[in-house]
Parts: sequence; C-alpha cells; structure tokens
Amino acid sequence: MKQEIIKSPISTILVWLVAVLVTGTFAWILGDIIFHGVGGISWEFLTTAPEDAGRSGGIGPILVSTGLILAVAMGVSVPLGVGTAILLAEFTSATNWFGRFVRRSLDILAGVPSIVFGLFGNAFFAKTLGLGFSILSGGLTLACMVLPILIRSAEEGLRGVPDELRLGAAALGLSRTTTLFHLLLPAAIPGLLVGLVLGIGRAIAETAALVFTSGYVARMPQSLLDSGRSLSIHIFDLSMNISGGDTNAYGSALVLVILLLMINATAAWLAHQSSSKYNDSYQFR
Amino acid sequence: MTVTNLDNSKARTQQPALMRTEQLSLSYGKKIAFEDVSIAINQSKITALVGPSGCGKSSFLSCLNRLTDLIDNCRVTGRIFLEKWDVMNRNIDTIALRRRVGHIFQKPNPFPLDLWKNIAFPLKEHGVKNRQEIDSIVERVLKDVGLWDEVKDRLKDSALALSGGQQQRLCIARALALEPEVLLMDEPCSALDPISSGVVEDLIASLRQKYALLVVTHNLAQAKRIADYVGVFWVRDNRGKLIEFGEAKQVFESPQHDLTAAYISGHRG
Repeated sequence: MKQEIIKSPISTILVWLVAVLVTGTFAWILGDIIFHGVGGISWEFLTTAPEDAGRSGGIGPILVSTGLILAVAMGVSVPLGVGTAILLAEFTSATNWFGRFVRRSLDILAGVPSIVFGLFGNAFFAKTLGLGFSILSGGLTLACMVLPILIRSAEEGLRGVPDELRLGAAALGLSRTTTLFHLLLPAAIPGLLVGLVLGIGRAIAETAALVFTSGYVARMPQSLLDSGRSLSIHIFDLSMNISGGDTNAYGSALVLVILLLMINATAAWLAHQSSSKYNDSYQFR
Repeated sequence: MTVTNLDNSKARTQQPALMRTEQLSLSYGKKIAFEDVSIAINQSKITALVGPSGCGKSSFLSCLNRLTDLIDNCRVTGRIFLEKWDVMNRNIDTIALRRRVGHIFQKPNPFPLDLWKNIAFPLKEHGVKNRQEIDSIVERVLKDVGLWDEVKDRLKDSALALSGGQQQRLCIARALALEPEVLLMDEPCSALDPISSGVVEDLIASLRQKYALLVVTHNLAQAKRIADYVGVFWVRDNRGKLIEFGEAKQVFESPQHDLTAAYISGHRG
C-alpha cells in the first residue's frame, strides 16, 4: 500500500522537527559524553582504583563490583524467570485464573519505581536477612526488579513457538518435559535473549535501587558480602557530590554507554543467529 | 442413522477391527464438533474420511491418539478401542498409545533439527539408544518413504531446508520409525503442490500393506483412488455427523444417503 503523503508544508515541517528533536537529543547526549569522556579513558583508568574520592585514579573496583552485582542479579533472576515463564506459557492456559493473577502482579511490579525496590531491598535483604550493605543485597534487589521483564519476554518467546511443534512432539509420544527441553526452549531462545538484554540493560543502569542496598564503598570487594559501588552510583556521586569529579564522571558514563551498546549488539547478534536457525525458517515451503 | 450402523457392523464382521470407536462425540466448550461417530479401522486397509470443511474430521483424528488432551476446553465422550485396549481410560499410558497410533498433520511439521535427528530424537526417547541401530532405522524409513536417495548426503542439514513434499515424507518417515500399527493422516497432501501431493499419495497407498491407515481428505478423487473404506462426514444442526460408512466401492457407486450421493456427484459440499 502506498502511503498518503502529507502535502501541507506546516505539518511536514512539524513532523521533521519532531524527528530531528528526538534524534538530535540522543545525538547530543551521546556526543557530549563521548567528547568529554573519551580523553579520560585508558587502560589505566579501567584497571586502577579511584583516588581522591574519585577525582583522579580509575574505576577498576567499580567495574568489578558492577560485574558482581550483575552476576548475582542475573544468576538469581534468569532461572527463576525462565521457570516462571515455563509455568505461565506451558502449564497454565491464557485464561487460567492463577496465570492471570501472576501476570497481573508482574505488570504491577514492572511499573514500581526503582526507589521502592531499593527501600524494599534495604528493609528485607539488608536488614531482615542481615546481609547489610552488600553486593549480595544489591544483586538480589536488582533480581526482583528485572524479574517481571525477564518473565514476560521469556513467556512471549515460548508462546511464540508454533503449536504444531507441541502437537507434533506429543503425537510422537514425546513427554512434555522432553518436548520442553529439547524443542520448545531452544526455539524460544531469541525471546529469552531479548529478555536477558532488557534485564541486564535495566540492571546495569540502575542507581536508585542500589543506593540503599549495595552501598557506596569504592574499594575492591573481597566477597559478595562486601559493599560495592556500581558504575551508575559512581557517576551519580562524582557528578553530584564531588566537585572536580566531572572528568571521571564523563569517563565512567562513556564506559557504561559502551557496555550497554556492546550487550545490546551481542544479544541482537545471538538472537539473529538462533532465530535464523529456528523460528524464521520454521515456515512452510 | 441406522443405515450407517448397519454398514459399519457389516464392515466389522469381515475381519476384527484393529481400532474402533463407539458413539464418539467431541465438544469445544458448548460447541459440539461432532457426535455419535462409530467406525472401525482395519489392518492393511485405507479408511478415508471425506466431507466438507468444518465437520469435525480432524478433531475426530485427534481423539484417537488422545492429542485432544492437549487442547483446552475440549471434551470427548464415547469409547475408543485399540484391539482390546480402552483408549479413553484416564490412566492409559498416552506415550505408549501414541507410539502405536502415529499422526501425520496437514501442514508438515518437522522439528527445527537436522534430518537425522528428526528421526533419531523420538527413537532415542523411546529407548533406542544404539547408534548403529538408529542409523539402520533412519535409512530404512527414509527408503520406505522414498526420500533416501534425495537426502542421504545431507542428513546433517536442517529439515526445514527441505521442500514441502519432502518435509511431509520426512514426517511420515519419523512416524514410521516408531513402528506404529495405525497411522492417522490429516489431509496429508492438501498443503502440498500437485507433484509432491502425487508422490505422497503414492506413498500412502504403498503403506497399506503394513499399516492400518485412517486418512482425512476433502479430495474425493483421492479417496476414490486409494480408499478401501470411506466414511462421509456432514454438518447437521451445526455439528458434525458421520452420515455414511462402508466399503469405498459401495459408497461411491451406490451411496445409501441422499447427501452422500449429492456430495459425490458434486452437487453438494
């Protein structure tokens, strides 16, 4: 179908203006970060500890803490999320009251502001469970936060697998478990990956939920029970609380942006790899 | 439908039926898909089910290997026997049942795996672990469906790269590997191009010697060519009914039911 072209010059200008505004804002932010940050980045910056409250030195321990927090968050939330998604997609029908209840709860959870997750994590993981301000508390809090995204996209991935596959497998006398692990989960991998990336993306950029849980300490963590400062908190601290910390804040922000882009690209590539192997070609010829 | 039942029992007396249904009905929620269907399926015969779309033929097939268990909101009543085995029994081993009763779908549905694994994977799940044994079964069933020469050099290629007709033959080979006794085929040719359709039809006819086949088709000419017995489904009062069942020759040449006559002559349906 041919698109109707808007003839009025005013609306044409308006539409272009909006588009330029959106892309321009993004380009400005990115450009600003690159312009100010690229000079600060070096191997030394990435590996050494911050000095003078972060004004000089690098972000080595902060990268390690960020990695550990992410690992805890994903290590806990991925198995839980995939498990719940399997329950929702394969063992409850779309109209089942329990499934609907779980889905509704997840939607609400997904909309809860991260500061609320932070306070919850502080009250529950840090105080009640006695984990204190630690990487473990922070990781577990983030796990709660990304679960809704993970579950929903994993569920979509599973529901996207054509029913012919389930019926065909059942007709050959394959058990549900076999079908799930050998056929459905592999076919759902693109969906799972998308969920994973969205989850990591949200977790790696999170600040508010970590302020109250994993804390501020910029030292190299010795264990998961140590407090650890994540990249996003480091950026926040440098730019808000430390005068003269702007250069390193820009450097850290650039590292964060590069990490995010790399994660996104990897996932897009992986999703493409497995989807060309499974779903896309799963069509009638 | 007394005429139907008479024909049915006539067919049954000639040889003991391998599989039969008694007053089988199926409903999705409040909608009745078909009701009171009683037929017999015999060893080494092709039984064709014909009739217009939407009269419950495919749903009927899905009852026979309890695939209906997978469908929400679906209720089946009546009785099904595989020899003396009560298929409708709740506690029946459906995995063993589905091994004995194979199912071929309208749309070819190979697994997104390579050719070899498509056949080997279900075999392994059913306890055939020996690699050489699996290899020889793969070769035998691929030869049975006439696919061996076409694919023997690319058994490691994705099954999804095959043409529609080849995929369907692979699906039949996959079912044959489990050595079923009954093969249910749900319009196995209708999604294929005319040439592939002809190849698959010849294949079905050649399987007659070893299996009991129940083939749903709305291609009357095809039913005429291959079937030994024919059942005619029709929609009445918004639900599917079996209006006639008997030997193919008799159904096509001297149908008992006016609707069958009209359908066969092309005046209805």
